[in-house]
Amino acid sequence: MTPLIELTSDPIDYHALTEQVRSNAAGAVVLFLGTVREMTAGRRTVALDYDAYPEMAIRQMQGLAEETRQKWPIEKVGIVHRLGHLELGDIIVAVAVSSPHRAEAFEAGRSLIDRLKEVVPIWKKENWDDGRTEWVHPGVPSALPPNAAGETHSR
Amino acid sequence: MKVSVRLFARARDLADCEQVTLELPDDATVGSLRSQLADRFPSLAVVVPALLVAVNSEYVTDGTSLTPDSEVACFPPVSGG
Repeated sequence: MTPLIELTSDPIDYHALTEQVRSNAAGAVVLFLGTVREMTAGRRTVALDYDAYPEMAIRQMQGLAEETRQKWPIEKVGIVHRLGHLELGDIIVAVAVSSPHRAEAFEAGRSLIDRLKEVVPIWKKENWDDGRTEWVHPGVPSALPPNAAGETHSR
Repeated sequence: MKVSVRLFARARDLADCEQVTLELPDDATVGSLRSQLADRFPSLAVVVPALLVAVNSEYVTDGTSLTPDSEVACFPPVSGG
């Protein structure tokens, strides 16, 4: 089977993605959507910008699909990640997986999104409600001055 | 040898360019590339220790040898999803 792996600047059609992983061999289909959340640690997000190293991101997502297939009896996998400017509530990523039984579909779906967040070269830039922006790099201290954090949630 | 390095996210903003070219010894490793990146671009020094390095779209460690045709990319930890 060929996994459906895609980066797109258009809204994600998660219904179409879900249909693409459906199969008569599967008794379970799990769909995960990651969406733009308003509040993070007391700070208010107005939008997120996503950028990627596209060639490597595709290759790493294909690798994750393969890794998942080796661990669980998966029928089909689809991963679509959106790039560009996203507003509150927009869908950032969709992961769909089908398998004969539900336990492995849930486990494989969980693993796919967890691993994507670790290894796929995609980055988000926060657009905070005070007008500042910053790239998010887990484990790397914020580039914003320390007194900026928290000043927006005193109300 | 000359090696081109693509930069992304905060590394790109700090260096103020998408790609830099480094002149490295023929036996250079990813570790030597990392040191030279910090020397040549002081603005990048704050993120250099945290940079992930990829050659031909696969992650590599500091001990990995480079060749002139290596497609190198450096970027701080990822935050997709």
